Amino acid sequence: MISIENLKKIYNHVTVLNIPGLQIPTGQSFGLVGNNGAGKTTLFSLILDLIAPNSGSVSNNGIIVNQSEDWKRFTGAFIDESFLIGYLTPEEYFYFIGELRGLNKSDVNQFLQQFSDLFNGEILNKRKYIRDLSKGNQKKAGIVGALIGMPEVIILDEPFANLDPTTQYRLKGIIREFAAQKNTTFLISSHDLIHTTEVCSRIVVLNKGEITKDIQTNTETLKELEAFFSKGILEEV
Amino acid sequence: MIKTFLSLEWKAFSRSASFKLNLALKIILGIFAAFYLVMILALGVGVFYMLKEKNLEPLSTVNKYLVYWWLLDLVIRYFLQKSPIMYVKPFLTLPVKKGKIVSFFLGKTAVSFFNIYPAFFFLPFSIVLIANGYPVLQVLSWHVAILSLVFFNNYLNLLIDNLDRVFTVVLIVLVSFAVLQYYKWLDITIYSTPVFQAFYSSPLLGFAMLLLPLLLFRYCFSYFKNVLRTDEAVQPRLKDAQTENFTWLEKYGTLGTFLKNDIKLIIRNKRSKSTLLISVLFLFYGLLILTNKTYESETWRLFAGLFVTGGFLFTFGGFVPSWDSAYYPLMMSQNIRYKEYLTSKWWLIVIATCASIILASFYLFMGWKIYLAIIAAGIYNIGVNAHLVLLGGAYVKTPIDLAAGKKVFGDKKAFNLQTFLIALPKMLLPLLIFYIFYRTWNVTAGYLAVAVLGVLGLAFRNKMFRIIQNIYKKEKYATLAAYKQKN
Repeated sequence: MISIENLKKIYNHVTVLNIPGLQIPTGQSFGLVGNNGAGKTTLFSLILDLIAPNSGSVSNNGIIVNQSEDWKRFTGAFIDESFLIGYLTPEEYFYFIGELRGLNKSDVNQFLQQFSDLFNGEILNKRKYIRDLSKGNQKKAGIVGALIGMPEVIILDEPFANLDPTTQYRLKGIIREFAAQKNTTFLISSHDLIHTTEVCSRIVVLNKGEITKDIQTNTETLKELEAFFSKGILEEV
Repeated sequence: MIKTFLSLEWKAFSRSASFKLNLALKIILGIFAAFYLVMILALGVGVFYMLKEKNLEPLSTVNKYLVYWWLLDLVIRYFLQKSPIMYVKPFLTLPVKKGKIVSFFLGKTAVSFFNIYPAFFFLPFSIVLIANGYPVLQVLSWHVAILSLVFFNNYLNLLIDNLDRVFTVVLIVLVSFAVLQYYKWLDITIYSTPVFQAFYSSPLLGFAMLLLPLLLFRYCFSYFKNVLRTDEAVQPRLKDAQTENFTWLEKYGTLGTFLKNDIKLIIRNKRSKSTLLISVLFLFYGLLILTNKTYESETWRLFAGLFVTGGFLFTFGGFVPSWDSAYYPLMMSQNIRYKEYLTSKWWLIVIATCASIILASFYLFMGWKIYLAIIAAGIYNIGVNAHLVLLGGAYVKTPIDLAAGKKVFGDKKAFNLQTFLIALPKMLLPLLIFYIFYRTWNVTAGYLAVAVLGVLGLAFRNKMFRIIQNIYKKEKYATLAAYKQKN
């Protein structure tokens, strides 16, 4: 359960994020959509305590994130390539994260088996460092890294961007499976309305740092979102 | 076009996150440089009369020693002159001629302290020569020849940095000269003096020396222009990844996990590898200073000891946590405690310092007193300086591009003046303590006091760690923001 209260982030006198209150219950697949600059990454960075809020707080399972480090035990994240260690091979990277989460090598190997489709034979045992992988493969490694150790909360920023269509479908399957079987709380941001509506049970629309829509996903959600984001444009045409 | 490049350079400097620190360091460096320039200027004006007074012919005497200066200049350049970093990738697809980019890059290297300081000696010296009735044309040709040698060094250094084979050749030549000279088998001045003298006696040769830097410039130009494609200059060639397991480290838990990573960090990236190499060179620093009669006091021994045992501490430790800058957000959001993270870095520094103390045992040949100084300094380094570098590191917010060593247009120097300036205050305190105890009692008391200070530092380790941890926490957001700016 993540709860946000009066959260505000201001850069150079411009309020880039202003959320009076938001609760994300345990086990929910939470989708965050919004245009560029809407504040999606800012929100995730605040939840991960990578930037400091100007006011308000984020608590993750009751732990205020900028007061204690205890939330790190049950939270996994992949925001961008700065979550990858370039000079390690993907295996070493997975073992590293595994060890931090109390898993030994064979645990990690076993865990990785379920991703052989996603990896498509391009990640493991390739004798390549992560820095030498293609952007797409780096992303796959990062996303899987965030899943290692079954964190209760997983935060993925734009997980579908830069991935090929097949991988996007596979990734959707993995997220659904984790959410359904393991009661994992997912926080996913995306520009892709279709993917988000398919994967997430709740969708929040951010616009200029403020929550403008908060929808429980149903059959009409996609249409509603499309209408919201194309407002003004279709009328002109 | 050049104006655009220049304004981009200025923006890169003034808008970088470490601007304030950079500026402070630049000002300190500026003061140092000004001091040395004044000294050099005074020497340039005065040397003529000094030599005259000793009944030596000034020009030929200077010519005799010029070769040492010239070679030393190259060595100093290698260690201190940074090759300017250019972020060429964005320009490659823009309508900018490749030649323009390369010539700006090469031209930028010419505007450097290392090319300007010789003028402070040679210009006044030449003027004094002319004023004293030496023929203008001949002095001018000599001056031009020296100037050419300066710029020759400038571009040679650039090639040494980027081409391993040039580095190897120059290294072999320099080392063999040094060895021959040291054992007095061959005095290079016998061969070099007539050459330098010839720049004066035959003006044609002097002016012809201009060709040397020009040809080298042309070579550099064609070399850098050729590698200026994304796949070569900007992107490294792929090598097969090796994997090492270091399973023996696994029994140390999280600490082992971090140490394993740090070892991989050091051996798999060029930048950190050269840092390791430099820290090994520090081991021999004592030979330089302790064989010299001027430095034959106990205080200097301790000074040498601090350097000998502190190579890794200063060159690597001073840049924690910047080594992890590329993936700092991961480190800050993974299941890692600051304490564990810092402890592993601390252990790495301590292990390296202990290894330095053991490796430095060859100083025993120079007397056990010297080794005693080294051990005392080593204990101090472990107990106090290991904490201080970690503390200072929290404020050094320059991201380290680990891959830079692989790029032609990147900066691959592991050792720079910054490292030195940051290290300096850490040397002064123990020297002061030593001096007080040495003057009040005796040498042994002095060494003992320094060592005890080190042990005390160890005893208060947890307290120190808590302080450092709090500073890291306070600086966390600023550090993350600074590391985000890669260019």
